[in-house]
This record gives sequence, C-alpha cells and structure tokens, in this order.
Amino acid sequence: MRRLLFRRTLFGLFTLWVVSLVVFLATQALPGDAAQAILGREATPERLAALREQLNLGGSLPEQYFGWLGQLLSFNLGTSLAGGTPVVSAVGPMLLNSSILMLCAAVIAIPLAIGIGTWTALRKDSAVDHVTGIITLVLASLPEFVVGVLLVLLLATGVFHLFPAVFVLVPGEQVWSNPAQLVLPVLTLVLAVSPYIIRIMRATMLEVLESQYVQQARLKGLPERTVVLRHALPNAIGPVAQVIALQLAWLIGGVVIVEFLFRFPGVGFQLIDAVTNRDLPVVQALVIVIAIFYVAVNLLADVVTLAANPKVRTAS
Amino acid sequence: MSIGMSTRPAGNSARAGRTPRKQGLLRRALQSKRTVVGLVLTLAVLTVAFLGPYLAPHSATEFVAAPFSPAGIGGPFGTDNLGRDVLSRFLAGGQTLMILAIIATALGVGLGALVGVLAAYRRGWLDELLMRAGDVALAFPQIVLALLFLSIIGPELWLLVLMVGFGHLPRVARVVRGAALSVVERDFVKAAESVGIPRWRIMIGEIVPNISSTLAVEFGLRLTYSIGLVAGLSFLGLGMQPPAADWGLMINENRIALTISPWSVALPVIAIALLTVGTNLVTDGLAKASIGSDKGVTV
Repeated sequence: MRRLLFRRTLFGLFTLWVVSLVVFLATQALPGDAAQAILGREATPERLAALREQLNLGGSLPEQYFGWLGQLLSFNLGTSLAGGTPVVSAVGPMLLNSSILMLCAAVIAIPLAIGIGTWTALRKDSAVDHVTGIITLVLASLPEFVVGVLLVLLLATGVFHLFPAVFVLVPGEQVWSNPAQLVLPVLTLVLAVSPYIIRIMRATMLEVLESQYVQQARLKGLPERTVVLRHALPNAIGPVAQVIALQLAWLIGGVVIVEFLFRFPGVGFQLIDAVTNRDLPVVQALVIVIAIFYVAVNLLADVVTLAANPKVRTAS
Repeated sequence: MSIGMSTRPAGNSARAGRTPRKQGLLRRALQSKRTVVGLVLTLAVLTVAFLGPYLAPHSATEFVAAPFSPAGIGGPFGTDNLGRDVLSRFLAGGQTLMILAIIATALGVGLGALVGVLAAYRRGWLDELLMRAGDVALAFPQIVLALLFLSIIGPELWLLVLMVGFGHLPRVARVVRGAALSVVERDFVKAAESVGIPRWRIMIGEIVPNISSTLAVEFGLRLTYSIGLVAGLSFLGLGMQPPAADWGLMINENRIALTISPWSVALPVIAIALLTVGTNLVTDGLAKASIGSDKGVTV
C-alpha cells in the first residue's frame, strides 16, 4: 500500500510539472509579443518593459520558464496587472472560502447520497426507486449553472423568497457569518454531485445484497438492520469511494461556475474576474493553485479508496 | 384440435419472422418510453434552435420597449436588459450553441475514437504512452484549462470548440480503447491482416464498425457535456460576444433583474435544461440497448 501511495504522489507531482509547462507555454501562444498583446492600446514603453520583466519575457525560452518556475516555488505568484497587488495575498482567503463551500457540499452530499442509494437498493423496483431513478437521471444531465439558476428562480426570486440570490460579503466578516447566503451555492453543488453517487451506490448495493455472505448472514437469522449496516454497507462503500473521489475532484471545476453565478468570493470567482480582465499573472497563478488543489484531492481520494478496500489494505 | 394445429405454426412463424430481422441500436433503444421522451425533447429544442431565427417577430438587436419591461409589453415575454424583445432573442439564440456543441462533440469523439482504436490495435509502447498522457490530461479540470486558453487568446469561438472537443478526447479514448481491445483479437481482424489490407483501413473498416454502439453512447454522453460546457462558457462571457443573441449570454445579461423580468433568464435556462435532459435520456436508452447487443440478446 505504501508503494502504491508513493507512486500516486510521484504521478501527482509529475502532473503538476506538466501543468506548469502548459501554463507557461500557453503564454507563449500569444501572437507576437505577449506584453504587447495584453496591454493592447494602453501600451507605453515603460509599461511594456515592466510587464516583460514581470512575465519573464527576457532571455531564451528555457531561461524564462525556469525563472517563472523558481518564482512559483518560492510562493511568489507575481503581481496583479489590474490592482498591482501581490497575487498571493488575495489567494489565501479566497482559497479558504472556496474550501468551505466545497466542504459544506461534500459533508451534506456524501452521506445523503449513500443513504438514498442504499435505501433505493433495498426497495428495488418500488415506486420510490423508480422516482429516484428518474430524478437522478434528470439532475445528472443538467449543467451546474442551470441547476443554480433554476434554484434561484424557485427559491430566491420567482416562486419563494427564502434565500438571497447573490452572495454579499460584508468587509470584515467571514463567509459563514450569514449561513442563509451559503444555502443556494451549497445546494447547487449538492444537487450536481449527488446523482452519480446515488446511482453507483444503488448499483453496488444491489450487487452486494445478492452475494453469498449476505445470504449467509440472513440465514444465520441476523436482523435485517444488522445485515445491511454490518455486512452489506461496508463492502459496498469500497467501489463507491472511487466515484465519490471523482465527484469531489469534479467539484473543483464546477465550483468555478457556481461561484461566478452566486458572486461567491472564492478562487473560481476570482479566476473568472481575472480571465475577463485578461489579468494574465493572476490567471496563471490561480490555474496553478487550482491544479495543486485538484491533485491533492485526487491523492486524498486514492488514500481513502485504498483504505476502504480491505484487499489492498491488508496486503503488505 | 384444429384450433391447436392452427395456432402453433402461426406462433412459430411469428417468432421465426421476428428473430432474424436485425434491429438497429436506436430502434431497440426506442422500445423504452424514456428514450422516446428524450428524443422528443431533443428534437423539440433543436427545432426551436434551428427554425427559431426565421420565426422571430423582431430582429435580435432591435430595441422594442423600455429595458426589463414585464411580459406583454414589447413582446409576449417582455424585454431584456437593453429593451430588446426576449422572445426574438430566445428564438435566435440557440442555433450557434447547437452548432458549436455538435462540432466540439464530433471533434472530441472522432479524435478520441481514433486515438483509442490506435492504442488498442498497436499496443506496446504507443498504447502505454497515449494512455499515460491521457492520465495526466484527466488529472486536470477541463473548464479551468479552457479558461486559461480563452484568457490568453481571447474569447474566440474556434478556440471554444477546440477546448471543449480536446477536453473530451482523453475520456473518449480511454472508453473506446477498452471496447476495441476485445475486437482487435477477433479472427476477422487477423484475416484482414493476412490478406495484406493496410492497417489504417483495418482500423476504420473493420474495428470501428464493431464498436459503433460504444461510439453512439459516447457521442450522446459527450454531446450532453458539450452543451453544458459551451453554454456555461457563454454564460461566463467567454463564448458569443454581445450584441449577439445566445442562450448562455442571455442568462448572464439578464440575471440582475430576475425579480422583474424572469422570462429573459427562464426561457434559455429551461431550453438548455430540456435539451440536456433529452440528450441524456436518449444516451441512457442507447447504453441500455447496447448492453443487450454485446451479449447478442434482443431486448
């Protein structure tokens, strides 16, 4: 198991290196001079020179790359073109906000989805099972911003007026100070990730319930509750852990659009803002930050998957 | 007795008449009600998107009333943020989204299938290289990569299509490789090789037709994602640019006034929702029907 983890960590680091290469080379894809292209009509000789310096546009290609990579490794993420502020000071709080949003969504979605999946598996072919099947299929097809807008129409502006439609962060307060504001963004993410987990949980549970050890447990006369909770569920969780991991990793991509929709002050919102303003140093830095986060979640997911699988866990 | 004599051969001939007729994947999928509903939804939204521009009462950029007029003033669904007719912009705004999503899907599934079949057929180092490269590509969120390039090169539609299409490539390649692995071992591939047919013709002429149901399911799945991604990037302001009419853009432009003029957001959102639900229902039906076809079972 340790060797597997070592290999996964190496692969994660390799992935990050490739990402850094892509992010760097993408800047080179700008036709002509990158600094000229970014500044456009606002280009003055001084600003051009300053930006070239900032983007490491002097020297040969490998020199530029290693210069930039060196800055990244020393946590110098560059300065924003728009505000002139160091990127790293803004990223910290944003990353925390995004993490809180995703953590809330995960903490609600995972137990809920596992519960619903198990429940529908136990009541296979009942009305509840069929209705859940259709609802999850429909939810799984909807893009996350469509889910979000529909929720806003339903719960914030159109039919009911229960929750605020956009997030307003009062300076000096934290994102969790006003929990009502968190409801819609979190609910959107929950509805976006749950369907897949419910479907795979139901399928795995059905398979496990057919197995011989579950029959054996039933024949021993154990109460159905014990059979399900002690015998079936732990064996079904293993394969489902992989899907949960994939969904959590997906959350990081999905959170970008959801944050933009609700104006939630997180990394995704900041990224879109930087993309619209073509604030290249910020875009580069945020893409790297998101990549690190993504690789870390994937790695964590691998650990959980391995730990949930008794065959791997016990093999030395 | 005579009744028994007459019914038995009739029953046999009916059964015998049914089995030899090979049913297509879609026809088998359409035996499920869900697939029919999905197909109807998909076709309905496609019809609106493609015929809409010709039915619109006003031009998509014509000012007809005060901004954010309620339904009934300026048009049956009111006006948008600049006072343009919501219905006309809705009717005009679906076509580009459909075309972009379909091209991106065709690109991703086409190239992905090619890479997948190549990897499965050639095996060896090429297979290993392609699949490991795919692993790296999969270890990065598709939308963030698209945002990176769109911010550098600018919101160009060709770039949008490329980013969405290439984002699908590694995922499709992996699935197709899995399906093709069992086909490349079959006798007819060896027979074709022994006659000296070029490898690329074996790949396209022999292997691809045998994984057509996998490709159909992949196309449906990726089309659903493409529609969401293209509309989503448009919603972020990185697709169609104003003053063009586009469903994703409409949602973004008008969401500040959801309370007074909900239709300018609701119409495009409902259309995108119905479309993706439709394509996903069809895909689900195709997937279920193709499970039977692999085992040679007619469902």
